[in-house]
Amino acid sequence: MQDFLLVLLSTALVNNVVLVKFLGLCPFMGVSRKTDAAIGMGLATTFVITVASAACWLVEALILEPLDLKFLRILSMILVIAAIVQFIETVMRKVTPDLHKALGIYLPLITTNCAVLGLPLMYIQGHLSLAMSTLSGFGASVGFTLVLVIFAGMRERLAQLSVPAAFAGTPIAFVSAGLLGLAFMGFAGLVHV
Amino acid sequence: MSESYAKIARDGLWDKNIVTGQMLALCPTLAITGTATNGLGMGLATTVVLILSNVVISALRKTIAPEIRIPAFILIIAAIVTVVDLALNAWLHDLHKVLGLFIALIVTNCAILGRAEAFASRFGVLASALDGLMMGIGFTLALVVVGAIREILGSGTLFAQASLLLGPHFAFMELQIFPDYPGFLIMILPPGGFLVVGGLFALKRIIDARKPTIEQEIKQMRTERVFTAAGVLKPKLETGEEA
Repeated sequence: MQDFLLVLLSTALVNNVVLVKFLGLCPFMGVSRKTDAAIGMGLATTFVITVASAACWLVEALILEPLDLKFLRILSMILVIAAIVQFIETVMRKVTPDLHKALGIYLPLITTNCAVLGLPLMYIQGHLSLAMSTLSGFGASVGFTLVLVIFAGMRERLAQLSVPAAFAGTPIAFVSAGLLGLAFMGFAGLVHV
Repeated sequence: MSESYAKIARDGLWDKNIVTGQMLALCPTLAITGTATNGLGMGLATTVVLILSNVVISALRKTIAPEIRIPAFILIIAAIVTVVDLALNAWLHDLHKVLGLFIALIVTNCAILGRAEAFASRFGVLASALDGLMMGIGFTLALVVVGAIREILGSGTLFAQASLLLGPHFAFMELQIFPDYPGFLIMILPPGGFLVVGGLFALKRIIDARKPTIEQEIKQMRTERVFTAAGVLKPKLETGEEA
């Protein structure tokens, strides 16, 4: 039980996907102008990354490894992820139309989020077990959501401030992301895994 | 052929530069630019993928049905990335170890799918190859500049370990800019990447603001016309008699 908690802390805070591992920066910059959108994107991504971590592990262990097709890993992972995103979209439309409407435009965007491909690949290369990859995927995507929402809050405040013309918009967002990253470095050494 | 080769080159290197112009491919730009050498290696790998994917997609652009073009493009790109990944692992193993996951992540580099959709699926093979080359060089330049700034400020060297990562012929590139430099650690750590890239975007904006481009002038003319048509700015010249 303690192990699980440590893995969650380590993946969500210490080795944050966005600020430390630099994955998923496109949605981090693209969908962080409003807090509502950031929460929606974060939840959808959390779901997809968790399912993708488990599914990619299964594909690797049940199909690619027995058939000695490891060189097809990138190709098959991207197919699996595209299928999961499509599947989730279809299921959500039938089961929870409200949530689907709220997340609508963000769902297809998840396929091009490099964290969704990067994290499962990282876990496969690190030879984690099925339970550990799923848990790490969940922890990492919770960290993604956390940082996305915090950053959206910062940008909402930033939008009301007067910034030097050359830095207005994206450049100042990057500088603030750097400062946020600096704050998250305070978590380094919190957990030793 | 509506795009001239000069315009393709200009777009790739400056106007629509993948990093500073389109603000795409941010993950590799920040993640593997701790040193200029890593940036150069990543840039070159991406350039190869860009050229190959542009050529293949351009050659197949009349065969691929438009309805399924995006999945088809992604599969083509994934196959090319796999080839580059295996080739790097075989011939430049040390570089492959440093770049690691980010070679595989070239697949989800939005810029590559973007070029396939915006350019290669519309224009001929030769123009697409040139577009891939120019976009790739522009991307490599951006990565090397970010990497160089971080490396010089962070550890006082430039292109450190070039001979180790790229092969012994590149040993001449290794420079020690400041001897006995104590090191400015934050520049090498992740937050430094954000700070440098933010500064670079601001710098490009300052440079672009100095010379108003023709496009901006055309845009200005258009807005004036729209205002006239909407009656906001009443046309003074010809309508005098009618009024």
